[in-house]
Amino acid sequence: MGNTAHPPPKSLTIRAEAPPRMLTFVIRRLLFAIPTLLLISLVIFLIVDLAPGSPMSQIPLTIPPDVRVKMLDAMGANDPLFVRYFLWLKQFFIIEPAYMIDSWFGTDLAQGAPRILSWKSRSPVFDVIGQRLPQTMTVIGTAYLLAIVIAVPIGVYSAYRQYSWFDQVGTFVALVGYSVPTFFTGLLVIVIFSINLQWFPSVYDTTLDVTDWASFWKQVRQMVMPVAVLALFNAAEISRFTRASMLENLGQDYVRTARAKGMSERVVVLKHVLRNSLIPVVTVIALGIPTIFGGAIITETVFSINGIGAYVIDSIKSSDLPALQTLTFIFAVLIVVFNLIADVLYGILDPRIRYD
Amino acid sequence: MPDGAQPVLDVRGLKTVFRTRGGDIHAVNTVSFHLRPGELLGVVGESGSGKSVTMMSLLGLLPSPPADVRGGQVWLGGQDILTIGVDALREVRGAKVGFVFQDPMTSLNPVFTIGHQIAEPLIRHMGMTKAQASVRAAELLELVGIPDAKKRLRAYPHQFSGGMRQRVMIAIALSCDPDVLIADEPTTALDVTIQAQIIELIKDLRQKLGMAIIWITHDLGVIAGIADRVMVMYGGQVVEQAPVRELFANPQHPYTRALLKTIPKLGGARAARLQVIEGQPPIIMAEPEACQFRARCVHAHARCEAENPQRRAIDGAAVGQGHDVACHWTAGAGDA
Amino acid sequence: MLDARATPTPLVQVRDLKMHFPIYSGIFRRHTGDVKAVDGVSFDIMPGETLGLVGESGCGKSTVGRTLLRLYDPTAGSVTIDGTDIATLSPEALRLKRPTMQMVFQDPQASLNPRMTLAEIIGEPLREHTTGDAATQLERVYELMNAVGLNRRFARRFPHEFSGGQRQRIGIARALALNPKFIVCDEPIAALDVSIQAQVVNLLEDLQDNLGLTYLFISHDLSMVRHIADRVAVMYLGLIVELSPRDALYANPLHPYAKALLSAVPEADPAREATRRRIILKGDVPSPANPPKGCTFCTRCPQVFDRCRTERPALIEAEPGRKVACHLFTTPTAGSTGSVEVTEPNQQGVSK
Ligand SMILES: Nc1ncnc2c1ncn2[C@@H]1O[C@H](COP(=O)(O)OP(=O)(O)OP(=O)(O)O)[C@@H](O)[C@H]1O
Ligand SMILES: Nc1ncnc2c1ncn2[C@@H]1O[C@H](COP(=O)(O)OP(=O)(O)OP(=O)(O)O)[C@@H](O)[C@H]1O
Ligand SMILES: [Mg+2]
Ligand SMILES: [Mg+2]
Repeated sequence: MGNTAHPPPKSLTIRAEAPPRMLTFVIRRLLFAIPTLLLISLVIFLIVDLAPGSPMSQIPLTIPPDVRVKMLDAMGANDPLFVRYFLWLKQFFIIEPAYMIDSWFGTDLAQGAPRILSWKSRSPVFDVIGQRLPQTMTVIGTAYLLAIVIAVPIGVYSAYRQYSWFDQVGTFVALVGYSVPTFFTGLLVIVIFSINLQWFPSVYDTTLDVTDWASFWKQVRQMVMPVAVLALFNAAEISRFTRASMLENLGQDYVRTARAKGMSERVVVLKHVLRNSLIPVVTVIALGIPTIFGGAIITETVFSINGIGAYVIDSIKSSDLPALQTLTFIFAVLIVVFNLIADVLYGILDPRIRYD
Repeated sequence: MPDGAQPVLDVRGLKTVFRTRGGDIHAVNTVSFHLRPGELLGVVGESGSGKSVTMMSLLGLLPSPPADVRGGQVWLGGQDILTIGVDALREVRGAKVGFVFQDPMTSLNPVFTIGHQIAEPLIRHMGMTKAQASVRAAELLELVGIPDAKKRLRAYPHQFSGGMRQRVMIAIALSCDPDVLIADEPTTALDVTIQAQIIELIKDLRQKLGMAIIWITHDLGVIAGIADRVMVMYGGQVVEQAPVRELFANPQHPYTRALLKTIPKLGGARAARLQVIEGQPPIIMAEPEACQFRARCVHAHARCEAENPQRRAIDGAAVGQGHDVACHWTAGAGDA
Repeated sequence: MLDARATPTPLVQVRDLKMHFPIYSGIFRRHTGDVKAVDGVSFDIMPGETLGLVGESGCGKSTVGRTLLRLYDPTAGSVTIDGTDIATLSPEALRLKRPTMQMVFQDPQASLNPRMTLAEIIGEPLREHTTGDAATQLERVYELMNAVGLNRRFARRFPHEFSGGQRQRIGIARALALNPKFIVCDEPIAALDVSIQAQVVNLLEDLQDNLGLTYLFISHDLSMVRHIADRVAVMYLGLIVELSPRDALYANPLHPYAKALLSAVPEADPAREATRRRIILKGDVPSPANPPKGCTFCTRCPQVFDRCRTERPALIEAEPGRKVACHLFTTPTAGSTGSVEVTEPNQQGVSK
């Protein structure tokens, strides 16, 4: 670190309130996001496009060459690269959102413009995503919520009772949960709980419709294992982070002030310390949301859940370039968006943050 | 201050030890002092001499472990508050004893408004409603000299300057009309002109409210200006205690004497060279059996090595009442 | 100061030095303002002299010190040290010039690399700037340790094994390694205990006597500055408001801010404290990003009048050898005369 810290300029007047600055900040970040996303989209497009495995390999060899060329033309696979790129951009940012709005409000903005079509299934990629997203969201969303609900209290208590047996056990479990990959824990629980003990089904039934108590119970039973595996992994990280953040704040001077005011330990820890500690925790949780989609790829494969993660794997296997490009780019957009959300949350939660 | 008055706070034989990996640190050793109603007791001593630890031990504010308050009694309002248990102690903190800490930049919680932080003890100890507490909070801000108090209640600490934050800390400490205000280096982190503002404020509030004050500092100048009585600490012990004018006019302990000589003066003749106290302050790893100051003392002799000096009165009054010193050496007239 | 002492040329000549830190804001991060940390200061330091620089936190003392040594590139103005204008020197020429000017920092802990031994820390500038072999360099390190009162047995130890006062000695030894002529001491004793401060100050004075060093001594401890400095510059919000010889300043400060500053310093003398009249300034120092128009002190000055709010006073010679930037001392367009006595009823604030 530097040699001397410079105290911020002191001023008598109360500084301008945060909101206008916050708005400028958000606008600024959004403006920056545009070139960032364009660049990412180009890179994704190029990498996926230049990767080995052309769609031709999917066309049966019995088809004559001239027909083959026609088929490729129809798929648009023979257009120059940049033409396809701009078409894809237009489809992604204008046409697909238009279709989405149309389907919600019954309007006709898209006017039948060509959509991003999967090379494999010939159906719009966004439709497939729309079908599969609920599966992923139920499992991953539940797992992440569960992780937060368990991890935060554990982190808080571990920090408050640092080095107690609770903290030691927590540290150990977190270490295991964090360092053992989910495909391993996943297979392990499948072997133990569904093959040996036969408590839970080993294959996730995506077609299940929850209509009554019986089907609801079935849904819960098939969700238990994937949710538990993902939750353990995420909870380990969040609880460690909460603990570290709490420990840092427990040592602060304002904690001593709160105690000197005669506040009860509950108020000191759960109000004064927790409120400060949660600021970084909340942002880490927000930043973690896009990455759990990445983690879903593995979990969905292990538990054969027919969600977004499985779709990614399918598209890779079948060289379904449009699908792959779209999915990858959606992940990129999520990451950029949640980064912005994390920053904004930070500004809302911490009155000290001034965006300038 | 009538001499016979019952003290509001009476500390006897306080001992605090920190158990650390490197061994026990005896931070406070048999410290005794009392505080009369309306009196301002100054506590001086260099860094690590145990000033803060003493005061925090009184109210159980030290983290335990590592801190262990091993012995002594702390009489406040007719009870020994070391024995009443944490719940009863919480009724004392903030209500009967107010605290102001050194660093105003970090002593307030950054995510709550000023108003909220002042109102908290009012709601807790005075049984006020939120609305009543916020009216009172505005009055308190007004009292500590922050204009436009109502609006400022909604501000956050970072929107205030250091001096204003320290005023807020004082408002919090005084919110429940405490008998005792403990100010732990309240002006050390502030500029001199702001320090002067805070000292004036405390003088003023003392006249208005009449609480007794313990003022910790390492600045003898500050002590000279505001204290009625001074307690000098060194190595976790009280080495000298006297009314303020007596202490400055007639210091007895070699440490006090050296300290008074080592600081340059703002007026009068300018010394060609500063007097130094050679050596370093001690770290006390065992119950003291010798004088803590002996290694740096110009008057040290064999007895200082063998026996930890006890406080003895030098003016006929009982120890703690008049002028007392913990030293084997006796200053004669004309001693340097 | 064109009196009898005018013969020696100043070692350090600072002319209208400005150091502004830009502020960027808005959607396009436009340059919307400046923190005017130093906004035009001029002074000289004679060889062998100690110039004290005092003022409140954030008034720009450290920035002056750092800009003087080109640790910051100044926004405007010139700094001539030993005949060379530092402010415009090329990086290589600056590197060659570095040995003549050094800095001692406030926080002895933070300015020493915790992973280097004492010998390595003190020897670092030698390796950088001299050509001698390892043995000669080590000999020089021992010599330096000796000069600052560190036992040579400590040479293999690490900074954390030393006390604050000893660490500051290490910092001073490092600064001395290349035989500098000019040293900026930026609050060298602020982090130290009272009983240790005197050790370090005495050391600085001894070194000055033995080696003929010139100091810029930055501090907010006015009593210590009185002890060590020959002349004192009082800064307020990026400007020097008074520059006077020590004794004159402490006996009779001219600028209202200097008066207030000196009167605010508590003295270790209960009898004097009881009778002293204190000037309590109202409010806080304004932000250097948005200083008041006119005199920067006008928002807190007990003797402010109309002209102060519109026109910035220049630093002018008010008495022989004493410079003040205050309209009370400029030409008598103002309603007041040069002699001013501050009396209690003028003061706002809580004093009774
Ligand atoms: N949490 C702790 N763990 C171990 N030792 C401690 C702890 N807190 C304080 N000490 C030790 O107790 C002794 C007294 O510290 P204390 O904080 O009371 O000093 P002080 O007189 O207030 O000094 P300062 O002027 O620096 O505030 C010191 O030697 C310090 O190292
Ligand atoms: N690198 C920097 N960037 C932006 N602003 C700065 C920088 N360095 C200093 N400042 C600002 O310039 C002003 C003067 O700072 P400086 O550190 O010189 O003050 P100082 O008089 O040394 O104060 P202190 O007594 O607290 O050390 C302050 O308002 C500070 O915030
Ligand atoms: Mg302390
Ligand atoms: Mg500085």
